[in-house]
Amino acid sequence: MSVLEIRDLHVSVGEGDDAKEILRGVDLTVRSGETHAIMGPNGSGKSTLAYSIAGHPKYTITGGTVTLDGEDVLAMAVDERARAGLFLAMQYPVEVPGVSVSNFLRTAATALKGEAPKLRTWVKDVKTEMAGLEMDPAFAERNVNEGFSGGEKKRHEILQMRLLKPKMAILDETDSGLDVDALRIVSEGVNRTREEGDVGVLLITHYTRILRYIKPDFVHVFVAGRVVDEGGPELAAKLEDEGYAAYIKDSNEQASAEKAAEVVQA
Amino acid sequence: MSAPDHTSTTDLTTQPSTLASELFAPGVGAQAGPPTTPAADTGSAGEAVPGAHSHGGPTPTGSPAERFTSTDPDAFGVPTGREETWRFTPMKRMRALLDGAPSDAHLAWTTDLPEGVELTSVEADDPLLKGLPEPVDRLAALTRARSGGAAVVRVPQEAQLDRPVTLALAGNDDDAVVWGQLVIEVGAFATATIVLDHTGLAKYSGGVSVLVGDSAQVKLVSVQDWAPGTVHGGQYDAVVGRDATFQQVVVTLGGDLVRLVSNVQYAGPGGSAELFGVYFADETQHQEHRLWVDHAVPNCTSNVLYKGALQGEEARTVWIGDVRIRPAATGTETYELNRNLVLTDGARADSVPNLEIETGEIVGAGHASATGRFDDEQLFYLCSRGIDAETARRLVVRGFFADVVQHIGIDSLQDRLMGTIEARLGALPGLEEQEVPA
Ligand SMILES: Nc1ncnc2c1ncn2[C@@H]1O[C@H](COP(=O)(O)OP(=O)(O)O)[C@@H](O)[C@H]1O
Ligand SMILES: [Mg+2]
Repeated sequence: MSVLEIRDLHVSVGEGDDAKEILRGVDLTVRSGETHAIMGPNGSGKSTLAYSIAGHPKYTITGGTVTLDGEDVLAMAVDERARAGLFLAMQYPVEVPGVSVSNFLRTAATALKGEAPKLRTWVKDVKTEMAGLEMDPAFAERNVNEGFSGGEKKRHEILQMRLLKPKMAILDETDSGLDVDALRIVSEGVNRTREEGDVGVLLITHYTRILRYIKPDFVHVFVAGRVVDEGGPELAAKLEDEGYAAYIKDSNEQASAEKAAEVVQA
Repeated sequence: MSAPDHTSTTDLTTQPSTLASELFAPGVGAQAGPPTTPAADTGSAGEAVPGAHSHGGPTPTGSPAERFTSTDPDAFGVPTGREETWRFTPMKRMRALLDGAPSDAHLAWTTDLPEGVELTSVEADDPLLKGLPEPVDRLAALTRARSGGAAVVRVPQEAQLDRPVTLALAGNDDDAVVWGQLVIEVGAFATATIVLDHTGLAKYSGGVSVLVGDSAQVKLVSVQDWAPGTVHGGQYDAVVGRDATFQQVVVTLGGDLVRLVSNVQYAGPGGSAELFGVYFADETQHQEHRLWVDHAVPNCTSNVLYKGALQGEEARTVWIGDVRIRPAATGTETYELNRNLVLTDGARADSVPNLEIETGEIVGAGHASATGRFDDEQLFYLCSRGIDAETARRLVVRGFFADVVQHIGIDSLQDRLMGTIEARLGALPGLEEQEVPA
């Protein structure tokens, strides 16, 4: 049983005068066995949240805490976070020229387990998981993400999640850019992981489409760098009907109120 | 987590088209060129519009003249180091070759010739030599004049070789300069791979001319795995026949100073040339690769990919990529890319792509050049999967090289070269490449 706890997280990008606060106090708790959907419009800071948890150097944490089973995640290096059990399926996976998928996967598995996985079972596992995601075996010999289509990149991310078996998986817009077939295949991969183990899933999405395949236990509406509404699956249905407009309006009004308050204080 | 720097890419600078007569008027802009690129985060990239003239640097400074060639060394004069073609070269060290006397010294040859391949030699007055592309600088002209003929490798037409032609050329630590000329003649419809494997200690200036017959498919691999102290200069020419395919893979690892000029011309339409290169300069090594692809006939393609890494004080690399698309070369498609990875402070990489386009009727033309530190995004991606930063860096550099080395297509040679590279980087901890069989 694991718990990922995010408390009053503030994050900015840029330096000096260019620094811009993106996350403005995020609170969220994800337990193993739960699927949380984070839904928000473009630019609301969803990827910033994902990258900040994973430790991308571009983002500066200016306040708040992130813990995994009580351990201070923010104090860990990027690779330590992964070894602690965090996994991020990226919205834009990165090309690594000259590094084959098979070499990459095995290096990662070795790093996570502390020893090289047994060859025979590893090869079998990789084959099985690739088949489950309807990936051509020739994929293993291609360079990481190089020349992959959008859908291939997302399958490759889910393949990694399947093989690396994290405690907490953050999926950042894994659904965007997928056709219906690919969306189904990828969603089934996530659902298998949920059924097999005690993983916690933080499913970040802009659209409600993927929620027809992956049933969230909790839905959080994310606008302008914070969670503005929370509920069960019924909230996703409401968003599907009404969109984010009302939330954005509220958020804008609140932001101008805060600005005004700041001006008054100054 | 990692080095703070990263590679950036800026927009290509273009200027309006220039008349052909201006572009190629003798003497125009012969000394001009974009400024040198320091080993910091710099880059340029672009899809050039047809009719444009573009440089990799921020300020286009005129067009080069028609390139001067001659078999007479004195026609070039003695270079001072201020000339466009020599301005990046450490002339003091280059004098070892430029001031070298004629000699009978030679490299030790160990050859592996598949069935049907002939290795002979011709005298200096042989008509074969008269028909070769001419030397483009004084050193190449000296080499042509002093090599006393040429060694000739002949692959008969329609031959399908069962293995590569290998010429292992080893330096003997002679005081004298070795002057050499090699001609590789591949007949029409033949398929051949030729490997020049340079090792040992030498002062060597060698010309290599590859005559690719119509519809032939030729791959030339040139490995510079020299011992420290070696000075190697060379001019490589390929004449690509109608509908023929030429690939060149240049791997420069060893030696003190290596300066290679690779030229491509097309003898007929439909030709394709791919120039791959990889270089790795350590402390005080100078590695210079100058490319010149001359599109003068229709419907040919060229693709250039050169990648280099530098580490240590005064490691120095130079990459010049000139591509010219002449008015007759309609239907041309060309792309060139140079990437330099600067691993430590005190190293310097110069990268100068240069594209001259004189016809609007092309399929595409572009270039990109980037010099910088590790790509933070790549390192983050690997580390986010639990891989420690040091291993991630090694994977990225190893991949950086493998990306080019894998074009050789000969496993044993690739393994040897990657082994050499890895030894210089420090070995990866116990991770054999793992295949996932189908
Ligand atoms: N490096 C950066 N510099 C400045 N602004 C940035 C940077 N990265 C992201 N942002 C801004 O942060 C905001 C949130 O971005 P992001 O987290 O990617 O949103 P989402 O994933 O919800 O679409 C956006 O307004 C974006 O423009
Ligand atoms: Mg995003």
